[in-house]
Amino acid sequence: MKSAVITFPGSNCDRDMDVALKKFGFKNKMVWHQDVELPKSDLVVLPGGFSYGDYLRCGSMASKSKIMQSVINFANSGGMVMGICNGFQILVETGLVPGVLLRNKYLEFICKNVFVKISDKDSAYFKNIKNDVLELHIAHNEGNYFCTNDQLKEIEDNAQVAINYCNNEGKIEKSFNPNGSIKNIAGIFNKEKNVLGMMPHPERMIDSSLSGEDGSLFFKNLINNIK
Amino acid sequence: MKISVIITLKKDVLDPQGKVIHQALDGMGFNDVNEVRQGKYFEIDTKETDPQKAKNKVEEMCKKLLANLVIENYKIIDAQ
Repeated sequence: MKSAVITFPGSNCDRDMDVALKKFGFKNKMVWHQDVELPKSDLVVLPGGFSYGDYLRCGSMASKSKIMQSVINFANSGGMVMGICNGFQILVETGLVPGVLLRNKYLEFICKNVFVKISDKDSAYFKNIKNDVLELHIAHNEGNYFCTNDQLKEIEDNAQVAINYCNNEGKIEKSFNPNGSIKNIAGIFNKEKNVLGMMPHPERMIDSSLSGEDGSLFFKNLINNIK
Repeated sequence: MKISVIITLKKDVLDPQGKVIHQALDGMGFNDVNEVRQGKYFEIDTKETDPQKAKNKVEEMCKKLLANLVIENYKIIDAQ
């Protein structure tokens, strides 16, 4: 299985993502944002970080990078595109997934482990995954998912919510919402569910001695689904 | 020709920074403030000399990059 990770100026989780993808069997290539063509890939990842220093609005400048037209075409032709953290912010700015990520409700940069409940197991990202709840890491200043009421209705009607913030038992309540996101949304799909944007970092949870292994579950499952 | 643009958050979008600024003003004794909303201001110096054409171009810039229309409104201020 082939993957590609796009590096923008200011990306800082691109190497971690490369390590994670390779650990679970992907043949990964790093792609510079000024490249025009994507290498042949089964999965394209927009990594976390602070692309273009979060200037203007986080993700907005990167969404206009040269490589992004190829990423958008790849996604529109059914290719799997995953945006993590800043990658999610870039995805909303391209319009591939609906909504926007606002500054965290209490104006704090949040860096901690959270639990998320997988709300939809129909997509290639979460199909067959055993757990309903994953412990993953978040580190962001703008993770407060927001969309219009019309968009929210459409997202819910199409079951586009991928994961929600919850407690260790999978209870989705306001008190387990770290950043003020609408309906505790931590990740969403596009309509066709080949594009996934999420704030938590699965690539940070792939080693039991360093962090945790729920990210390993995610990647093992992902590569099996793509095969 | 210089054209100015003001970007503001839409009415229903939470503005925590504006709220904190409001609180700070309140603490400084400016007690008659109802609300503070924070926005962005751009000055765009363009080679275009026709005011209408320049405004149209800047409007396109607003829609494509400067503003995110899910949460923000833009207002183009007359060319100078």
